[in-house]
Amino acid sequence: MNKGIIFNIQRFSLHDGPGIRTTIFFKGCPLSCPWCQNPEGMRPEKDLFRHSARCIACRFCVEHCPEKAVELTENGPVINRDLCSLCLICAENCPVEAFEKAGREITVGELVNEIIKDRIIFEESGGGATFSGGEPLMQSGFLISVLKALKNEGIHTAIETSGYASWESFRDTLPYTDLYLFDLKIVDPGKCKEFLGVNIEPILENLNKLAKNNADILVRIPVIPSVNDDLRNLNLVVKTLNSAGIDSLELIPYHKLGSAKYSNLDLNYSMHNIEPPGPDQLDRITKLLEASGIIIHSEVEREND
Amino acid sequence: MIKQNRGMNDRVQKLREISETTRPSISIERALLVTEAYKNHAGKVSIPVLRALVFKHLMENKTIHIENGELIVGERGTGPQVTPTYPELCCHTLDDLSVISEREKISFEVNEHVRNTQEHEIIPYWHGRSMRENIFKQMSKDWHNCYEAGIFTEFMEQRAPGHTVAGDKIYNTGMLDLKAQITSKLNSPGLKDNPDQEAKREQLKAMDICADALITFAKRHAQKAREIAKTEILPERRAELLKVASVCERVPANAPCDMWEALQYYWFVHLGVITELNTWDAFCPGRLDQHLRPFYEKDIEKGNLNREKAKELLECFWIKFNNQPAPPKVGITLKESGTYTDFSNINLGGVKPDGKDGVNDITYLLLEVIDEMRLLQPSTNIQLSKKNPDLFIRKAGEIIRKGWGQPSVFNVEAVIQELLIQGKSLVDARNGGTSGCVETGAFGKESYILTGYFNLTKVLEITLNNGFDPLTGKQLGPDTGNPRDFNSFEELLKAFETQLKHFLDIKITGNQVIEKLYADNMPAPFLSLIIDDCLENAKDYNAGGSRYNTNYIQGVGIGSITDSLASIKKHIYDDQKYSWDRLLSALNTNFSGLEAMRQYIIHKTPHYGNDDDYPDDIMQKVFSMFHHLVDGRKTFRGGTYRINMLPTTCHVYFGSIIGATPDGRLAGIPLSEGISPVQGTDISGPTAVIKSAAKMDHLLTGGTLLNLKFSPIALAGDKGLDNLVHLVRSYFRMDGHHIQFNVVDADTLKKAQANPELHRGLIVRVAGYSDYFNNLSEQLQNEIITRTAHEAL
Repeated sequence: MNKGIIFNIQRFSLHDGPGIRTTIFFKGCPLSCPWCQNPEGMRPEKDLFRHSARCIACRFCVEHCPEKAVELTENGPVINRDLCSLCLICAENCPVEAFEKAGREITVGELVNEIIKDRIIFEESGGGATFSGGEPLMQSGFLISVLKALKNEGIHTAIETSGYASWESFRDTLPYTDLYLFDLKIVDPGKCKEFLGVNIEPILENLNKLAKNNADILVRIPVIPSVNDDLRNLNLVVKTLNSAGIDSLELIPYHKLGSAKYSNLDLNYSMHNIEPPGPDQLDRITKLLEASGIIIHSEVEREND
Repeated sequence: MIKQNRGMNDRVQKLREISETTRPSISIERALLVTEAYKNHAGKVSIPVLRALVFKHLMENKTIHIENGELIVGERGTGPQVTPTYPELCCHTLDDLSVISEREKISFEVNEHVRNTQEHEIIPYWHGRSMRENIFKQMSKDWHNCYEAGIFTEFMEQRAPGHTVAGDKIYNTGMLDLKAQITSKLNSPGLKDNPDQEAKREQLKAMDICADALITFAKRHAQKAREIAKTEILPERRAELLKVASVCERVPANAPCDMWEALQYYWFVHLGVITELNTWDAFCPGRLDQHLRPFYEKDIEKGNLNREKAKELLECFWIKFNNQPAPPKVGITLKESGTYTDFSNINLGGVKPDGKDGVNDITYLLLEVIDEMRLLQPSTNIQLSKKNPDLFIRKAGEIIRKGWGQPSVFNVEAVIQELLIQGKSLVDARNGGTSGCVETGAFGKESYILTGYFNLTKVLEITLNNGFDPLTGKQLGPDTGNPRDFNSFEELLKAFETQLKHFLDIKITGNQVIEKLYADNMPAPFLSLIIDDCLENAKDYNAGGSRYNTNYIQGVGIGSITDSLASIKKHIYDDQKYSWDRLLSALNTNFSGLEAMRQYIIHKTPHYGNDDDYPDDIMQKVFSMFHHLVDGRKTFRGGTYRINMLPTTCHVYFGSIIGATPDGRLAGIPLSEGISPVQGTDISGPTAVIKSAAKMDHLLTGGTLLNLKFSPIALAGDKGLDNLVHLVRSYFRMDGHHIQFNVVDADTLKKAQANPELHRGLIVRVAGYSDYFNNLSEQLQNEIITRTAHEAL
């Protein structure tokens, strides 16, 4: 497949694999995790952000919206999402980017050209490209074409995945993928269904199969208090890792930095009541997992100077 | 703020404290001595000898100051933070003195004695005779109009040509050796008794007088040290003073034997250079770790020194630089370089003359010194070669990320290629480095004079007005057409090129006259002793006696002009969103009532600094034009014109005299600095910035300046250090010349702006140098806050 839809290309990414990387965010995800920090990545189609605070009341949007879906209030523009046809005339013309398009089509060639712009920096830093999202494997045809092209260019590749995709799509990435960042969100089957909206089985199966195929895997767990930090889930994590023959993982503390994006998309953010884990909580989980023989990598190293 | 000693011992802490807390003041002593010498000798001897006799008079009579505890001695003024004036270059009016003492930033204490002496002794003699007055008198009307409009500045209007760095000569040659060389030269068949060679003989005689004068100056320090020793009650200090005396007896008369003598010798030379003339200055020991290495190794081996004692000596040496504020500037020169900093910039690392890795033990020791000292002066940089170990850049990186602005980082392979392209020998290139802010030079062998900043963006403004300057209301440039009639973007570029040539011609024509004025009236026989091959050529530094002679014009605002042109290309020609008429009237009214249009332009223009070929191609075109119109032209001294891309603080001044620009910038706002993107427009991260910046052909310049601002978190930990190293190495692989990091979060800066007294020690990277945040103008403070902080993503 020659074209895909992405919503961001982030250069100088430092936390999505080794070295300095370019992370490409694919649009569309089969899950609906309520803590998702990139809600614009959920739908496979384009989205429209609204940044009302930037508005300078020039009224362009109100006057030019073909669907009359924009209204200007004291607090900036308001979009009637039922009327909006996502024509994006507002986003293309708003002088202060109070409307921002999320999602654009891109060809394999265009994307590869963007990525290899930082080739020298990848080479110096041992970095490369990371495909994130959304769930990049939802556009597996496009993804594989890009991966193939990058391998031809000698670029290191990583896929950040929820694990929820067909095994075939995973299998086809194997020859061109150097690292899988496998986000093991919840292993507890009931909670998985409750929060992610899907069955856990295919996720675990894919993890096992990747491991069997000697893929380089970094398991990452978003630590979300009251969702996946309970003993039962953690024990299941250990069991999962043991059966896949994986001995380490990375903990990523849940944070709320993405919550503003929900209101910008006029979506409901349901996690307001859940606070990010404190150092004590992280410490407890770390110790618990370490006691089971798991090596814990911390995401951000800090140095006190 | 909490006082930290960071490892400094008591002596160093006390000396540093004096250096840091003494208010800069003006001494009238030098002005008086110079005036006396001129009254005694002017008209009776040749000009070089006159200047040598002035130097001698200064060395024989200026106050000798030795601070308690000092190991390295000698001051330019009468004590720490005291600066002399140079009435032969710039004779301050009484109004100047009031401004200098009363201005909010970069002020100097001027006492009644100074004012009275200036009024009754100095002004009456120098009024009408100073170089400043002569230069302004001889400049054309066109030149004055352009100067007043802010198209360019003039470095030599109140300071002498300088910009050179000491090489390795003084570490193996004493002043007595130089005198012997002069005698033998004077007795050589070509020179002796040849009536045509009078000028050369006079130059050599002048240099001989200067060599003696510096020896005298050192011996006076020896005498002073012995005097103090007589009444010193502490036996350790008494012994130290006697040691100081014996060092000053030996150097600079003889080549140094050990590290202490090497440092003291250099320091006397430094004082000689900056006392002879106000060379604005950038004079420094250059590749200090290379020069000191043999002395250090020998001292350690012999047991004369241990590492701690060596560090103490170096720290005492460091403080001497910081004791010398740049002499007070006035007028436009103050605006282009508003700082006390005198731009000594010591180089660490690099390669040896045979091309091998130059990093050694003393390199690492010096890194410790700079981190303990945290002084404005001397500034420091690392010369990073692909041959240097990563440990070197990592150690430097640990200091850089502390956020006090030093050291900056230079690309040795680029610097060497720049020098080779300019025709230097490979060994001279390997012995070279960078000085001042970012300027490439063959240390000890080259006079590489910066002649003035050039306002590229202003020339665009004038082009858009068909040669007319809206600010001064004068027709300054030729008629290149009304932009409304330009059918293509290329026609605009052509008109711009015509204007650019016109203004560069005016600048260079003025430069030729100024160079001749200096060559004829203001030779520098002492500096000529230090820089090869002035002695061999029997020709003064200011007359082209050096092995290599280069003049620079420094382009300012490449980011601003690029974005302005990109905006025109996109919105007028490609998208046809706006007509010329609409854009020009928006500029004329400073976008008044047109905020939506201005915002649209800001947000929808492709900006330089994002690795986007659309604007970056334009940047390359402008750079190319500037390069072609300057590079290779001949100077009066027989040297060659080159370009470099650095601003000091001139982008603020240049911005202040330009109206609104097509990139949406409002009238009066600072321009982009160095080759950095317009403040706040680099939204694609630091890798995109270095990619964009590297599209400029750095090797064709004598220096470019790139500032990257990081929040501390992006550089934290081992991984942060990796990031810094990888970014630098990547940029250098692409032939980038220089990169510096500002590692302070915007919050801290805002707090410092609101409560300056609580942040007295906050040093930030400005543009090729560091300065106290509190010393910066509010505009410059705001600008530094606005520069994009790159977060880890």
